[in-house]
Amino acid sequence: MFASPAPEAELLAALRAGDDHAFETLVRTHSGRMLSVCRRILRNDEEAKDAVQEAFVSAFRAIRSFEGTCQLATWLHRIAVNACLMRLRSRKRRPEESIDDLLPTFKDNGHAAVEPRDWSPSALQLVETRETRDFVRDCIDRLPEIYRTVLLLRDIEELDTAEAATVLGVTEGVVKVRLHRARHALRKLLSERFEVRA
Amino acid sequence: MITCRDLYGFLDDYLAGALDLPARLAFQAHLAICSACRRYLRSYEATLAAAKSAEAAPPEAPPEKLVQAILAARRATSSPGTKAAR
Repeated sequence: MFASPAPEAELLAALRAGDDHAFETLVRTHSGRMLSVCRRILRNDEEAKDAVQEAFVSAFRAIRSFEGTCQLATWLHRIAVNACLMRLRSRKRRPEESIDDLLPTFKDNGHAAVEPRDWSPSALQLVETRETRDFVRDCIDRLPEIYRTVLLLRDIEELDTAEAATVLGVTEGVVKVRLHRARHALRKLLSERFEVRA
Repeated sequence: MITCRDLYGFLDDYLAGALDLPARLAFQAHLAICSACRRYLRSYEATLAAAKSAEAAPPEAPPEKLVQAILAARRATSSPGTKAAR
């Protein structure tokens, strides 16, 4: 019935009518991308698969109330992100670590205390290699969880500030502050390798 | 004139195009005279680009086992108390 991608409205109508083929089309079309999202957030393949399954179950239950104000892909993406965040919350929490050592410091007159180097050309060239991409992901994972999560949601999953605040249950101001600190801290971590090669 | 500290604080709004005109002009005026901040800005932008590139996942077909588990879970939702196994 849906051998080729069906127009969204047609697919949505079939989903609301409980059409089995429509559900299979939905799963086959979107589960690969959702699995990538869940792997990025959870960093665990089995947990990511479980989260995708949970996300689809949530979506199946809510499909009749889906108002179609955004694309199905966007809606499913948000549900998958939520499923991952639920799992992150249920993990045993590590004590929150400070990232103050990774943040820029300044002299009394407001000038940077450390002369930064521009390693952007080497970084952008090196990130083409698998080894460097692994290094960058490791650096992201070295960020304390509250900073890692907000960086992934805003910069990688491209939620806007309001959406990130909603799914994280914090204010938009908190999202902005955490993102700001996460980006500066990640820059510092990347500098350890990229400055040497610049 | 704003300081390096001020500029670092404005970086995200600058990159998002969210600075109002006076703030943007002050930001750019500082950048024009501060090579250290120009270097920091370039490496900050490279940080965001590197993160995006490192986390980009090529399109991938979902494992068939997962697809079947999801479809089984849907069938199970009409039978409370059952859970699909992967």
